[in-house]
Amino acid sequence: MLGMVQSIGRLTIIGLRDLGRIGWFLVYSLYMIVRRPGSPLQILKQIRFIGAKSLFVICLTAAFTGMVLGLQGYYTLTKFGSEGMLGAAVALSLIRELGPVLTALMVTGRAGSAITAEIGIMRITEQIDALETMALDPFKYLVTPKFIAAMLSLPLLCAIFDVVGIYGGWVVGVKLLGVNPGAYFYEMGKAVVWRDVYSGIAKSFSFGAIIAWIGCYKGYYAGHGAEGVSKATTESVVLTSVLILVWDYFLTSILL
Amino acid sequence: MIQLTNLHKSFGSQHVLNGLNLTIPDGQITAIIGPSGEGKSVLLRHIIGLMQPDSGQISVDGENIIGIRRSEMNRIREKFGMLFQNAALFDSMNVFENVAFPLQEKTTLSKTEIRTRVLSALEDVGLKNVEQKFTDELSGGMKKRVGLARALLLNPRIILFDEPTTGLDPIIKRAIHQLIRDTHAKFGFTAVIVSHEIPDIFEIAQNVAMLYQGEILQFGTADEIKNSTHPAVKQFISGSLDGPIQMI
Ligand SMILES: Nc1ncnc2c1ncn2[C@@H]1O[C@H](COP(=O)(O)OP(=O)(O)OP(=O)(O)O)[C@@H](O)[C@H]1O
Ligand SMILES: [Mg+2]
Repeated sequence: MLGMVQSIGRLTIIGLRDLGRIGWFLVYSLYMIVRRPGSPLQILKQIRFIGAKSLFVICLTAAFTGMVLGLQGYYTLTKFGSEGMLGAAVALSLIRELGPVLTALMVTGRAGSAITAEIGIMRITEQIDALETMALDPFKYLVTPKFIAAMLSLPLLCAIFDVVGIYGGWVVGVKLLGVNPGAYFYEMGKAVVWRDVYSGIAKSFSFGAIIAWIGCYKGYYAGHGAEGVSKATTESVVLTSVLILVWDYFLTSILL
Repeated sequence: MIQLTNLHKSFGSQHVLNGLNLTIPDGQITAIIGPSGEGKSVLLRHIIGLMQPDSGQISVDGENIIGIRRSEMNRIREKFGMLFQNAALFDSMNVFENVAFPLQEKTTLSKTEIRTRVLSALEDVGLKNVEQKFTDELSGGMKKRVGLARALLLNPRIILFDEPTTGLDPIIKRAIHQLIRDTHAKFGFTAVIVSHEIPDIFEIAQNVAMLYQGEILQFGTADEIKNSTHPAVKQFISGSLDGPIQMI
């Protein structure tokens, strides 16, 4: 009985400690972004890695997402005889929701895991300790460039996702299923307002922060050896994905 | 002066430091010897603030370094250089960039000046034409020497060496010892060298401390330790299997 109480207590303490640590990590990272953002070269390198190198996979997923939306939207809208609204339906779903979320999930799989592995390996091989002994803040070299790069890259990737997706929907809707091409874009222009675009940008901006936050955090506190790093990487991808979806719900309910 | 007072450190149920007391004098070379796994590396990590003790005090030049703010700690760390046991080189950089990194980040030297200094530091440790190699393309001994060049380059006032010559061939070992002695004679830094090089280390160090079972068993000049009558110290130095230290 006492043993059970003890282990509940211990787990609670560990849970609270981790929660405090993860929160502190975010606060300190944001503080460091303002104080010492790191060298422009480092930031550019990270933008290349997180942003530019994700382009292909983003375009690919965007095209197929748009095409599926074209199919599904057409199927639903013909039931009401309003397949002319297809452009509006595809664009709104992409810009408001699917663009930011799917972009973030793809980047998590591609770059979030790599961030954790990189920092985790530096942790277990004492490279982070070496930085500390030189009185250099590891955050400046490892964390803030990734935060800045992710927060800049995600909105841009998301914009590309939206455009490619809209043309994917256009190919299926207009070229294959015969929706009026004029109506596709006209209805889209009527339905999409700036607010939708802003909310998409705000979402992907914060998703970028989440990817860098959890990716760096999990690597920074990676456990022992190769197994510790691989565990950290898995946890990082899972936690980032879950947080993105949860945060997406909150943001949507606020921004709607 | 580095002063360690009544240090305790446990990992889970394993007590590594057990009320350790040690005073490391300024401007001299102090060697720390002791059986493997007794906490020599842990001790160095405490001195430079990478680990916090469970209890006890550490001060560097009279300033307490336990539980202080990161900015304070960094100010004190400016005095230090450290060579890690496994060198801890940055694996995303080549040899040249590794050694140049602290210079680039902490000084305003010009590119050419940095280049000259790095190349001469590499030459000092007997490395030529390896600047472009990445760290995973180096042998263990080469990594050690790159780490040594990196630690010496900023002319720190206190240098911690964690086994600078382990894994090196006898000639390079001699050369590295010579290098440490010469640079010490030139700059007069305080050095703490963890080493298994017995008896060579007695030629280099002015003081020797023997760490055993979480405490400093004996501290004294090199000659005092060499001629120690303490049974454990005597056994360790002679490498005998009979005596109070039973490893296996
Ligand atoms: N981060 C850590 N977590 C748990 N235990 C540790 C940690 N670091 C060291 N230890 C333990 O502390 C003890 C002392 O380790 P340390 O590395 O200081 O030995 P050492 O004296 O440097 O040995 P060697 O001469 O082989 O390098 C070892 O038993 C080790 O298992
Ligand atoms: Mg050691």
